[in-house]
Amino acid sequence: MTEPESHAHPIGMAHQFEDLDQQHEADTLGIWLFLVTEIMFFGGVFAAYAIYRWLYFAAFEGGSHILDIKLGAANTIVLLGSSLTMVLAVRSAQTGNRRALIGFLISTMFLGAIFLGVKAYEYDQKFVEHVVPSLDWAPQGDALAKLAPGGLDHAQIYFFFYFAMTGLHAIHMVIGMGLLFWLVLRARKDSFTPHYFAPVEVVGLYWHFVDIVWIFLFPLLYLIGGRY
Amino acid sequence: MSQPIVPQKTYILVFLGLIGLTILTTGVAFIDLGPFNTVAALAIAFSKMMLVVLFFMGVRHSSGLVRIMVVAGFFWLALLIAFTMSDYRTRAWTPAPDAWSITAPPTHP
Repeated sequence: MTEPESHAHPIGMAHQFEDLDQQHEADTLGIWLFLVTEIMFFGGVFAAYAIYRWLYFAAFEGGSHILDIKLGAANTIVLLGSSLTMVLAVRSAQTGNRRALIGFLISTMFLGAIFLGVKAYEYDQKFVEHVVPSLDWAPQGDALAKLAPGGLDHAQIYFFFYFAMTGLHAIHMVIGMGLLFWLVLRARKDSFTPHYFAPVEVVGLYWHFVDIVWIFLFPLLYLIGGRY
Repeated sequence: MSQPIVPQKTYILVFLGLIGLTILTTGVAFIDLGPFNTVAALAIAFSKMMLVVLFFMGVRHSSGLVRIMVVAGFFWLALLIAFTMSDYRTRAWTPAPDAWSITAPPTHP
């Protein structure tokens, strides 16, 4: 049975909205409300980090100098690149270019995977250097020389923050990649139009937020106290 | 749709700006600026965030309602960190009386 003409909705528009513009406004506001809760979620960890960095600055500086600044900077660029492909994916959805949309979504996932791969390598290096708090904490040689001035116990607090902050960030990226995969499946079924692409945009906003978290994590974890 | 389609060039320029700022922040870490190393790192991170929020997240085309929500989110984060740090940094200013050394208050008949 077909609906009467006066009640027909455009593709993707839910019944309760006046028009697609109103729905779009509600979608954007909704995801931003979620992102505000995410700001507060990460914010708590950032506030705790600020306190301990202030209390044990020398230990944080020593810990920071164990991280590989080149890998950190390279990973930052990879993640910024994934934000570019994400925004181009949204643009492709706007212009109704389905092939470009799928291509950019897959590129975003690919760059995300590179980021996580580098992160996994860095985590592995922490085990090699025995600077994993609680699990494998026995810094030696060069690592010990860098950590000793700030006190080994306090250096352990730095690495707790390192793993907690980058770990939370990595979990968000894994979730983001799952969402991107779902978008690829939906785009293949042609469920987006130039008038309805809210899921692409909403996942994009989430992905950019995760990128912003890393924009702050990079200087706060890798660049403490300078490398001169 | 209400949102304009932003030219691809704009996004690529913003991306190049972000790469430039990443290289800048990494470079500044190798120059001794004393406490200003932290200030520079945070200022650059903040600039990068603004680029992502305004251009990639499209807040410059968003409605006032969305904008006020974004600003409120970051404002609350600033409150969280500012008040927490002001507490920790000023606790030592007024030493609390050492409870063990205080003699019992005089008792009135």
